[in-house]
Amino acid sequence: QVEQVKLLDRFSTSNKSLTGTLYLTATHLLFIDSSQRETWILHHHIAAVEKLPLTTSGCPLVIQCKNFRIVHFVVPRERDCHDIYNSLLQLSRTAKYEELYAFSYNPKQNESEQVKGWQLIDLAEEYKRMGVPNDYWQLSDANRDYKVCETYPRELYVPRTASKPIIVGSSKFRSKGRFPVLSYYHKNKEAAICRCSQPLSGFSARCLEDEHMLQAISKANPSNRYMYVMDTRPKLNAMANRAAGKGYENEDNYSNIRFQFVGIENIHVMRSSLQKLLEVSGTRGLSVNDFLSGLENSGWLRHIKAVLDAAIFLAKAIAVESASVLVHCSDGWDRTSQVCSLGALLLDSYYRTIKGFMVLIEKDWISFGHKFSDRCCQLDGDPKEISPVFTQFLESVWNLTEQFPQAFEYNEAFLLQIHEHVHSCQFGNFLGNCQKEREDLKLKEKTYSLWPFLLSEQKKYQNPLYNPDFSPELTLLEPNTVSFNFKFWRNMYHQFDRSMHPRQSMFNLIMNTSEQNKQLEEDIKELEAKIKLRSGQSDVVLVKDQEQTARPAPVSLKSPPCFQKEQPPMPGNDAVRTIEGSNTADNRYSELVSEFSKAEPAVVSLEYGVARMTC
Amino acid sequence: MEFAELIKTPRADNVVLHCPFHMAVEGTLCLTGHHLIFSSRRQDNAEELWLLHSNIDSIEKRFVGSLGTIIIKCKDLRIIQLDIPGMEECLNIASSIEALSTLDSVTLMYPFFYRPMFEVLEDGWSSFLLEQEFELLSSVTNEWRLSCVNKEFSVCPSYPPVVIVPKSVDDEALRKVALFRQGGRFPVLSYYHKKNGMAMLRSSQPLTGTNGRRCKEDEKLVNATLRSGRRGFVIDTRPLPVAQQARAKGGGFEQEVHYPQWRRIHKYIERFNILQESFIKLVEACNDQSHNMDRWLSKLEASNWLTHIKELLTAACLAAQCIDREGASVLVHGSEGTDSTLQVTSLAQIILDPRCRTIRGFEALVVREWLQAGHPFQQRCAQSAYSNSKQKWEAPVFLLFLECVWQIHRQFPCSFEFNEQFLLMLFEHAYASQFGTFLGNNENERAKLKLPQKTMSLWSWVNRPEELCRFQNPLYEANSLVIWPSVAPQSLQLWEGVFLRWNRPSKFLEEAEEERINIIKYNKELQAKVNALRRQLAEMETDEEGREE
Repeated sequence: QVEQVKLLDRFSTSNKSLTGTLYLTATHLLFIDSSQRETWILHHHIAAVEKLPLTTSGCPLVIQCKNFRIVHFVVPRERDCHDIYNSLLQLSRTAKYEELYAFSYNPKQNESEQVKGWQLIDLAEEYKRMGVPNDYWQLSDANRDYKVCETYPRELYVPRTASKPIIVGSSKFRSKGRFPVLSYYHKNKEAAICRCSQPLSGFSARCLEDEHMLQAISKANPSNRYMYVMDTRPKLNAMANRAAGKGYENEDNYSNIRFQFVGIENIHVMRSSLQKLLEVSGTRGLSVNDFLSGLENSGWLRHIKAVLDAAIFLAKAIAVESASVLVHCSDGWDRTSQVCSLGALLLDSYYRTIKGFMVLIEKDWISFGHKFSDRCCQLDGDPKEISPVFTQFLESVWNLTEQFPQAFEYNEAFLLQIHEHVHSCQFGNFLGNCQKEREDLKLKEKTYSLWPFLLSEQKKYQNPLYNPDFSPELTLLEPNTVSFNFKFWRNMYHQFDRSMHPRQSMFNLIMNTSEQNKQLEEDIKELEAKIKLRSGQSDVVLVKDQEQTARPAPVSLKSPPCFQKEQPPMPGNDAVRTIEGSNTADNRYSELVSEFSKAEPAVVSLEYGVARMTC
Repeated sequence: MEFAELIKTPRADNVVLHCPFHMAVEGTLCLTGHHLIFSSRRQDNAEELWLLHSNIDSIEKRFVGSLGTIIIKCKDLRIIQLDIPGMEECLNIASSIEALSTLDSVTLMYPFFYRPMFEVLEDGWSSFLLEQEFELLSSVTNEWRLSCVNKEFSVCPSYPPVVIVPKSVDDEALRKVALFRQGGRFPVLSYYHKKNGMAMLRSSQPLTGTNGRRCKEDEKLVNATLRSGRRGFVIDTRPLPVAQQARAKGGGFEQEVHYPQWRRIHKYIERFNILQESFIKLVEACNDQSHNMDRWLSKLEASNWLTHIKELLTAACLAAQCIDREGASVLVHGSEGTDSTLQVTSLAQIILDPRCRTIRGFEALVVREWLQAGHPFQQRCAQSAYSNSKQKWEAPVFLLFLECVWQIHRQFPCSFEFNEQFLLMLFEHAYASQFGTFLGNNENERAKLKLPQKTMSLWSWVNRPEELCRFQNPLYEANSLVIWPSVAPQSLQLWEGVFLRWNRPSKFLEEAEEERINIIKYNKELQAKVNALRRQLAEMETDEEGREE
């Protein structure tokens, strides 16, 4: 506990600050300001801590979080600052999974609730919904004991004609043993999205089993003979991989394939792109042109567009040509997950519902072994493995929700909350790198699943504009990917920088009104029932005192106290106490809830006779 | 002149119309004196397009064999294409359109011919008189007076006949001050902040010249707006070097020695051809669908448009802050005081004054701070982003102002009585209209043209209940606060309603907007119903009680 700590406004040039007390708990860093407002920061969210050179007012400490919050404290005594710095460094770097918050987090659920929670999302059910197994596709037991591929789930769907030797042979010819398996089946078009890793083709190597495998996939599609093979990497990268004995499919060796590069950059490019983006958006007193050129130089929006373009290519191949598509990148767990899941999202409106989106993440990201632990740096590990691949996926979805405001059951808050918990390590879902690792950690016994928590508060995540009949089942969503459609996602990257948000949120207003409408509908039913009941009673009364009814009923001029004009509850700032990421019950989004303009200007300051504008 | 002389081919059949994101339609094209009319031949679902010639910014023609193609680029940024069979017809039509869209006499413009099909409930020409404004002012302060010194437009040709000035300054002094300010635009009241009695004045630059000329009356006039012992701020919309250079041409700025109670702040707001170029570049960038991400972002940056937005908003916030926070009076001017000055004073009022955020109040603001204040609409809006003629006087000054309002609107979506459509409508009518409101460059010209007698006012049309409902913001909740917008680049956005309006399919966005409105409407219905039911129930209860008694 350190007192008299100042919390500085990140973008203010005047040294306006809040003074308060800083507490370190086992799981959180807590700051309570003089007006008793609390700011909680989960240790797992801390991406970097930096101690700046001593100033006259104290020792500045800058904490960067994985959810893009940046806090700037000034600690009066250097000694304290140093202590906090060291503690945070230790606390934010965890060496073992068992030390993560999820293992100590206890939401007061009993065991059966915990088990039920984990059963909420059932992938077997999901494959059944898609229409497999069927005449062409079956469940394979090849990987039942993780013997063929450690990073795949136990249950995999493959073409019926793909025998076990073909599977095993193909897996030997694929990087990390990730052979082609079914990711999504489009039952109307009878076409499939399959995924795998790159072939170990080098300059000339072939593998008959692998060729058979691809043939089996294209034959499993009765409506189209050819299939697409999408290599999501830039051609140059794929060619460079050949020198390492890896590479891509040679069209001459595989019958009936159409090979296509789509040019999404690798995890390292994406990491540094985000880094550049954050540098720009974090600049104080940023000019419009520096912002735009910084946005351009970061390449971030270009990458988002590339991911979405690839997904559209995939979805069109299925919806328009009824062709099956095999997607891979290098290892088939980053770009492949992005493209397969977004492709399915465009094809199938189920994934645009709250439950469906959870299923999609469980399927294409969690079960197929996107390395959440490495990519989000859950444990202290190789910084080169960190990459915002999943963040890009969420951002692509957000872009779609902007273009199709009525197509999605969930709202932006849902995407932000998921992003929050991918990094929070509070729930077991995203821990570890693959299913095998999760089983070894016994996550289902020792931790809780995020999904039931999100479902229990789904009111917050519902899109009030959602129209379930927006598009008929299994019709393609066709987004426009002209560059001007892609925008900087302010609510993600400046989620905690309130001064940049609209002071009144149209979204919150519509949310609340829509919520209120439901309540009013209930009220009306209730009132109507009461009136019916009463008029029934009064009928009886009327029969009794028939002679009295001739008299005009007394008109009551004075309104009884029970009917007052109801004021619509305005979106107020009810989040006086906010705990970031500590539990899902916190309405984190309420931080964005509009406030009517504060009396104080957040904008202008007159200093030394020179007018300066700050953001 | 007869329009018929200019129309060699009044009608062409089998013309194909291409509009972005619409199927090509075949139909008949007709030219009239003021309109280009296209009607599809389909009987069932006849589509008609009426385009004012004055809305046409530029036309291009192309030929493939005998099939001619005319591409029409409009001032509202829309681009349409007409395929016209027959080379002669096509050439005739193109030259007619060219001639009719560039008529040089104002009195030939459509507003002089337009006969309204609606009943006029309220004559918009007399809806917003300065006298009414002054009446409101008199109810809170008696420090100001209405001066008719400019009755004959003799003191300042670009000012209205009546202006509001400090009570302590007489007309004789005003005449002297007018000689000291460019174009005779002496300081007048633009806005009075009731909350603390501070005033915002606007004027043109003082004519100090190189030898530092001064005018005691001018000093007395501006000082009359200060509380004793308090400072005022001069917001000069030019950077200091530009203001200094202006002295060589006889202009200048208020010097500290002569205006010791005033502190000068220089803000840089771009003008004229720089704005026009920025506008042209932005529209070019938005119209090219093939740009990859990097190119789009660098084009957007190179246009500098959003920079202008940020600068302008910043200056307006600054003026508002001086008044509301610093408790100081403010004088705003640039050079002529007809462009950037008006942008700043009108935006500051949007921020400070809740009344300006209502429909009527905003109309009054446009009339007072733009039309009566002498913004030369006819010159500035003669051409839009597609014009080839780069005249020095064309500039999207008013559009930039509207966009800034839109930016604030986005940040405070519940604080405005009007919606985005209202701003778009003003943008369109400023460039091409059947109404006379935006004709002429100042009240003097409008009086000479007898616009109030000969043309219909835009306000007469807009303020009819049938029209008004299209422009109402269903989210509006009157809010008496000062609204401070964020000017961070992350908070500013391209005004898609103007710049991407014709460049992307907007069906889904429009449907979503409709749904939003439905939710709000439904809410009001439900509330009314609940209240009615409660009342009914309550009455039943009292009835029973009465009976029991």
